[in-house]
Amino acid sequence: MPEIEINLISGRTIDQGVSMENGKEKIAYRNACGIIELDAEEFKKLGAYRNTNVRVTSEFGSVVVKAIQATQGPHPGLGWIPMGPWANAVVDPNTYSTGMPTFKGTPVKVEVASDEPVLDAIALITQECL
Amino acid sequence: MSRSWMRLRSLRRSAYRQVGNLAKIVTDVVCPFCGTLCDDLEVALDDSGEKILEVYNACAIGAAKFLHSQAEDRLTRPQMKQEDGSWKEVTYDEAVEYTAQMLIDAKKPLMYGWSSTSCSAQSVGSELGEVVGACMDNTATVCHGSSLIAVQDVGIPSATLGEIANRADRVVFWGCNPAHAHPRHMSRYSIFPRGFFTGKGSKSRKMVVVDPRRTDTAKMADIHLQLEQGHDYELLSAIRVAIRGEKLPKTVAGIPAETIYEVAETLKSGRFAVIFFGMGVTQSLGKNHNIDIAIAVTRDLNDYTKAAIIPMRGHYNVTGSGQVWGWQFGFPFCLDLSRGFARYNPGDSSSNDLLIRDEVDAAFVLGSDPGAHFPVGSVRKIAQMPSVCIDPHITPTSAVSKLHVPVAFVGVEVGGCAYRMDNVPIETRKVVEPPEGMLTDEEFLTMVLKRVKEMKGAA
Repeated sequence: MPEIEINLISGRTIDQGVSMENGKEKIAYRNACGIIELDAEEFKKLGAYRNTNVRVTSEFGSVVVKAIQATQGPHPGLGWIPMGPWANAVVDPNTYSTGMPTFKGTPVKVEVASDEPVLDAIALITQECL
Repeated sequence: MSRSWMRLRSLRRSAYRQVGNLAKIVTDVVCPFCGTLCDDLEVALDDSGEKILEVYNACAIGAAKFLHSQAEDRLTRPQMKQEDGSWKEVTYDEAVEYTAQMLIDAKKPLMYGWSSTSCSAQSVGSELGEVVGACMDNTATVCHGSSLIAVQDVGIPSATLGEIANRADRVVFWGCNPAHAHPRHMSRYSIFPRGFFTGKGSKSRKMVVVDPRRTDTAKMADIHLQLEQGHDYELLSAIRVAIRGEKLPKTVAGIPAETIYEVAETLKSGRFAVIFFGMGVTQSLGKNHNIDIAIAVTRDLNDYTKAAIIPMRGHYNVTGSGQVWGWQFGFPFCLDLSRGFARYNPGDSSSNDLLIRDEVDAAFVLGSDPGAHFPVGSVRKIAQMPSVCIDPHITPTSAVSKLHVPVAFVGVEVGGCAYRMDNVPIETRKVVEPPEGMLTDEEFLTMVLKRVKEMKGAA
């Protein structure tokens, strides 16, 4: 199965904000943030349809999210996971003595994982931490 | 002026008015979501004045915050996690006892958050942190902490958003996406308002967006610099070169030299330029150095025109948290009070570094959600130690904490001071009563402080 390597960034989206305020335990929050936005070119390289579940892996962790077409693109070479537990499962935690983890610019590998579910926020954090 | 118009105006001016026999409208409500702190919301209440029916003028996120406060599945009493992982309802008194005991027992507790609450609650929290010798940090640590470090390094030529609305004709959004993160920023302050010297609104402004993605903000821009991610320092440096009219290489950070010269000329030719910047620069490699040089660009521009730079602060009162700690301890975040006086050393006294290095042994979280917004390695550490989460919502932080204390929503169910992103203090407004018997942040903190002092024999 092909896999691609991309540079991951994260941040706010309006859907992330709205669903967060409506309750992070709700499925709408997972649907807004448990995604990775990729360019059409990346889908071609990955050999995957839009809305396929993928596993995103960095040297710091691994998480399953749904791959969707970039909504604010194109952004060649970049993958976008909205801020939240899914992005934070793989981001670079190094602060380099600034206190600030390196949330933007984590090299990640993306591979198709259509049989694996995208967990909701509470299930994901429970699985990762408890 | 017609009589009916005058009547309408006086109606709008009254903070609390009746519409027919159905709804009451609370006017001039301040939105407790982002650092834009919009103060023109109107909230429709039902006849009893207890239920929010509709929120006017707010963005989608602000409206969601007001409406979700009334959700039927909202928690109204503290919950303690049991051995088997289930939750048991406890009283506020029991929650105070657990929290006070946890803070007393810990050698070095982390008290994190403080950004979604009022300045008066932050102030009580500071006293509590001082008494128990805590490490205290706010959400700037994962947001604009880099900016605060840069400001301490090189200062900041800044302005208020009112000045921007009235004067700025060159507006740069660098590494920020207000269309999504500060949805009313452009309409209230930066792009669309018709100000005193900006009478044609957006037509009198040039808008430059710097972002590696073609964001919804970038799509509105006159010039979009779609730079290579993480190369902000180089591009800012190139703009300084271009402002001075010196020679540039063919491309910098993926941007052609002629475009960089065009941006430099656009900024220099304005009467008032402003740079708004966000997580694109503070969270990418370079961090505080990216902000250093963005401030240097602003300083350079002041040789040619008037220029200012403003961070796009996230939580509605993260700025206030920095202000309160600034006047109480001298530092805006990353406070280590464990030695009995305030130390400040980001990288050492910052939450993520403390957690990853196992240097704190209890976690107290209020007004933030590190469970969702810290790298998972840090959250894992919180899950392993005694922990209290004070938050109206169920969050990933509450899910991994031992005790979850729901409280009233500041800005919805209790008023209190908050600071806008440009450091302007605004008093938020109480719109409805909290559910019966529910405490506010400040009340809970005051009870914990009293109990801690009793336990230490200092009461």
